[in-house]
Amino acid sequence: MTEEINQALKREYEAGFVSDIQSDTFEPGLNEDVIRRISAIKNEPEWMLEWRLQAFRIWQEMEEPEWAHVSYPKIDFQEISYYSAPKSMADKPKSLDEVDPELLATYDKLGIPLVEQQMLAGVAVDAVFDSVSVVTTFREKLAEAGVIFCPISEAVHEYPELVKKYLGTVVPQRDNYYAALNSAVFTDGSFVYIPKGTRCPMELSTYFRINEQNTGQFERTLIVADEGSHVSYLEGCTAPQRDENQLHAAVVELVALDDAEIKYSTVQNWYPGDEEGKGGIYNFVTKRGVCHTSAKISWTQVETGSAVTWKYPSCILRGDNSIGEFYSVALTRGMQQADTGTKMIHLGKNTRSTIISKGISAGHSNNSYRGLVRMGPRAEGARNFTQCDSLLIGDQCGAHTFPYVESKNASAIVEHEATTSKVSDDQMFLCQQRGLDPEKAVSMIVNGFCKEVFKELPMEFAVEAGKLLEISLEGSVG
Amino acid sequence: MLSIKNLHASVEDKTILKGLDLEIKPGEVHAIMGPNGAGKSTMGYVVSGREGYEVEEGAVTLNGVDLLELEAEERARAGLFLAFQYPVEIPGVSNLEFMKAAVDAQREADGEEPVSSKDFLKLAREACKQVHLPVDFLKRGVNEGFSGGEKKRNEIMQMLLLKPKVCILDESDSGLDIDALQVVAEGVNSQRSPDRSFIVVTHYQRLLDHIKPDFVHVLSDGKIVKSGDASLAQELEDQGYAWLKEQRAVGAAQEQSA
Repeated sequence: MTEEINQALKREYEAGFVSDIQSDTFEPGLNEDVIRRISAIKNEPEWMLEWRLQAFRIWQEMEEPEWAHVSYPKIDFQEISYYSAPKSMADKPKSLDEVDPELLATYDKLGIPLVEQQMLAGVAVDAVFDSVSVVTTFREKLAEAGVIFCPISEAVHEYPELVKKYLGTVVPQRDNYYAALNSAVFTDGSFVYIPKGTRCPMELSTYFRINEQNTGQFERTLIVADEGSHVSYLEGCTAPQRDENQLHAAVVELVALDDAEIKYSTVQNWYPGDEEGKGGIYNFVTKRGVCHTSAKISWTQVETGSAVTWKYPSCILRGDNSIGEFYSVALTRGMQQADTGTKMIHLGKNTRSTIISKGISAGHSNNSYRGLVRMGPRAEGARNFTQCDSLLIGDQCGAHTFPYVESKNASAIVEHEATTSKVSDDQMFLCQQRGLDPEKAVSMIVNGFCKEVFKELPMEFAVEAGKLLEISLEGSVG
Repeated sequence: MLSIKNLHASVEDKTILKGLDLEIKPGEVHAIMGPNGAGKSTMGYVVSGREGYEVEEGAVTLNGVDLLELEAEERARAGLFLAFQYPVEIPGVSNLEFMKAAVDAQREADGEEPVSSKDFLKLAREACKQVHLPVDFLKRGVNEGFSGGEKKRNEIMQMLLLKPKVCILDESDSGLDIDALQVVAEGVNSQRSPDRSFIVVTHYQRLLDHIKPDFVHVLSDGKIVKSGDASLAQELEDQGYAWLKEQRAVGAAQEQSA
């Protein structure tokens, strides 16, 4: 039975194609000049360049972290190219008609049509290709509601006050090694601002695509939800199938001011490498949000790709009565390694957090949950509930749980539940005896296991996520 | 309809079935009785193609189709249904979703379109009622948190929806109180028809009071050692299985002297 399941788990990576697009790509290497060049191409103001250089100096003094339960060869940061953009993007296309059709075709092929009429109704998309944003849809419509949704490189010019006020306030330059690197070399990403009391009229989403060889993708996303506002945001990611590893080191900062609510969902499907572990994306990402009084941030992630994942979307519950949530499905197979989880930092009174983590390991993969719940001295009446479930498929994989709990307030309550289970022969046989083939059976059992998390995703994407898991598990293209 | 000939099968290198013969015609109900360890459950698993059960010799055909050549799911789609003695839970997968996938898999094999969600919901609700399960069981995970009796009734509900040609009920009466037993029996009786056959595996006479078998067989040490009509079940109830041991001892002695 294990053999059959493993067969079912082998699969094609359907986003693995390469687009034939002429690009301007920097020579590999990293030094202050490279950073000045990135800044110059983006025509950035002096303050932005200074901020980058400051980050670079900090990064040079830092050491690569080694505490995660993952292993990979040391990265040579001088062998990576830090900027790559389609040539056609050099003179900014004014409208979709001017965008290189090959670029649009790439997104079409990935199932993300950028022509507004063909898009999912009610979803605005920012499409980031290697180092630049290609197009952002529905901007006018959003502007009517006062919502700003644009590439962060544009926001630096158009809304410098907002960017200056919030950039680096949640994830400072010196936060960690990859965050410092990102601060120095970030190229694009999305910027979102929701004005006071506004409910964003559409789902916002950013779709990241790495295409060029040997380039790293360093995007930076900043979302500010002003008092009493509400926004739901989704990001998706894919990359071509290549033998070399590629680095993706992103930073996402969320600011939820008083009574605001941000729902941030990720469907991560970077190229995971082949069965032997050759190639694949190193996904080293820092995501964090800060909640002011009575604000709420909810992270939902479905992680199925990447060779190595190192990612802990976190909430700083600064304001009283604020709420943090983390719902995660992480699927690893083949030789994939994931070390992922969250941090819930309770500072304010009566703050509440919920963590639901579902790890699925198959093949020879390793899947770790790492989470920190910290109750600060002022966190009177704070509560956390954590549930970590691991599902093992086959007998060659590993599931690990590293929960950290720190409580400095006696009235705070922390609950932790953990389970580990296997897809059993009995379950498989029941499904088969009812006429389901083994592939369908595995995907059904896994989907059932993930149900609590999928129901947190926006509806259109819950279907997508279910399909993605099915594709991951079925080994079929469809 | 279902023909089992000289079936020898083993689990983990231990031979359990040692020349089982069984011929079942359309519309018949056969009861298989016998002591613990005789191979009753093994028979169900071997016929339905469970992984780990090796067929060493013999043939199993369903309406002329060689079942042993087919995967478990193909046998199911060919019309073979096994009601489990201990139905397993599949958390998070709703009964409704599970059964629709099963029914659609069968329809696909028959070259039919999937049933519409609306139509299926109607069918599933009716099936629920028939086995006295509240309709909200359709929304619950497959067998998740069900009592023993509810699990068994859920199996019968699945049978009602799949409308198989041959049903093997593996001790569907074990652990049931008299009310649940009646529900299970009613479910089975409602499905008796000239083109559907049943194999009822049980330890006890009491299920057979509700499901009247056409034939009763005694399975012992991997083969059928005695067959008769419904009265045989009563005989077994009165005498127990001790006589089997004596018979076996005699058989062994004869073999040795020969």
